[in-house]
Amino acid sequence: MSAITTTNLTKKYGQFTAVNELNLSINEGELFALLGVNGAGKTTTIKMLSCLIKPTIGDAFVLGNSINVSPHLVKQQTNISPQETAVAPNLSVRENLEMIAGIYGQNSKDAKQSTITISKQFGISGIMGKKAKTLSGGMQRRLSIAMALISQPKILFLDEPTLGLDVLARRELWAGITSLKGKTTIILTTHYMEEVEALSDRIGVMSEGRLLAVGTIAELTAQTGTTKLEDAFIALTRGAI
Amino acid sequence: MRTSIFAIRNAKEILRDPINLFFGLAFPVVLLFLFSMINSAIPPEANNPMFEPGQMTPGVAMFGTTFMALFSGMLLSKDRTTSFLMRLFTSPMRSVDFILGYTLPMIIFAMVQSLITFFIAAFLGLPFTVHTLLAVVVTIPITLLFVGLGLLCGSLMNDKAVGGICGALLTNVAGWLSGVWIPIDLIGGTFKEVSGALPFYHAAEAARMAIKGNYSEIVQHLVIVFAYAIVVYIIAVAVFHQKMSGDKV
Repeated sequence: MSAITTTNLTKKYGQFTAVNELNLSINEGELFALLGVNGAGKTTTIKMLSCLIKPTIGDAFVLGNSINVSPHLVKQQTNISPQETAVAPNLSVRENLEMIAGIYGQNSKDAKQSTITISKQFGISGIMGKKAKTLSGGMQRRLSIAMALISQPKILFLDEPTLGLDVLARRELWAGITSLKGKTTIILTTHYMEEVEALSDRIGVMSEGRLLAVGTIAELTAQTGTTKLEDAFIALTRGAI
Repeated sequence: MRTSIFAIRNAKEILRDPINLFFGLAFPVVLLFLFSMINSAIPPEANNPMFEPGQMTPGVAMFGTTFMALFSGMLLSKDRTTSFLMRLFTSPMRSVDFILGYTLPMIIFAMVQSLITFFIAAFLGLPFTVHTLLAVVVTIPITLLFVGLGLLCGSLMNDKAVGGICGALLTNVAGWLSGVWIPIDLIGGTFKEVSGALPFYHAAEAARMAIKGNYSEIVQHLVIVFAYAIVVYIIAVAVFHQKMSGDKV
């Protein structure tokens, strides 16, 4: 069953078209990676799907709800970990998690229980009392993703989740994301090919606001006559320019 | 529920910053002692009541609320530029949750700050009466104005610019034009006219009249403060709402 379906989804800023007639279907439980260079339209797509900005033309149906007509219904079932680490700096890890759980409607008891569960899942239970601003970049990113998951979203948007992290922190985060596969539909944007190879079920390649190709790694390499995802990506994006 | 969760978060963010605590609580008290020392140095034959407790304490209490613009503006600006607000914009929170969540803690802070200022002033010779409580309530409209200015600046500027506008410029303008530092009635002329056209002098006067129990004059001054507060707050809410539903966070 389709978790997200977009129909001619377009976003324009004046004369500039950030996303151009995106037609895409993402299955429930799938980890779908949006791959593209800077300015390809990945983040704008995520912002539209998470109801942060409105499309200029077109629509998207998230779990059957239109982002134009019923954004409030979409927001209750989705969550996002933005590109920048988005945490409340003077609140402790526990307070950050309980705050988000409460905002998404959990009562105090449930919020505390969810906080314990998610902190164990993301390996942050040992730092629950620490203020978010005192954490390392990797730990802040982990907290940011845990905050996105504490509401138990059916769809999770991860916008370049490992940007700026060292290799170890990145691998640890990958393990956390992998543990969600099949349970939560995840839409991931990234620049990193190895991240896509390690995590994604299917990939959408974007360039200059357009969706150039969609498929598994095997399908994309076969389509471009290459052997590696990176070569397939270059072939697709160069061909588009 | 969401409003209270967000308001509690905002209160914690502000109270856990020691600089905020100094400016919010300690600075008005420091001013109070400073003015008290000046008052005791003025000879009785000078017949200058400006720094007497009943005259200067309401002004200091009003001046203390200017920091609410700085607190609300800095918090909103940082939330906006660190993507924290973007995260919350994708949540089921509504505009009213955000606006009240930023505003309510500031009103409570301002009232507590005013109470502390008047409480300390009681040791300097200003009796703590029912009129004192009225003076505390009278600071609410000007607090609303300052929070509105903070939210407006925080919606449009980065935290450094907010610090400059709300921290340096606004505190000076409010301080000079409210009659807290200098006797506006004595200076007169254009300075008095400008002060009279702006809300800061009226906010300080309303608090002074509250201490004196002069109810009719409180209303006269508060009408002007309310007018400014409502206009600025509506503009701030409109700009914030536009940011929330607009294309750029």
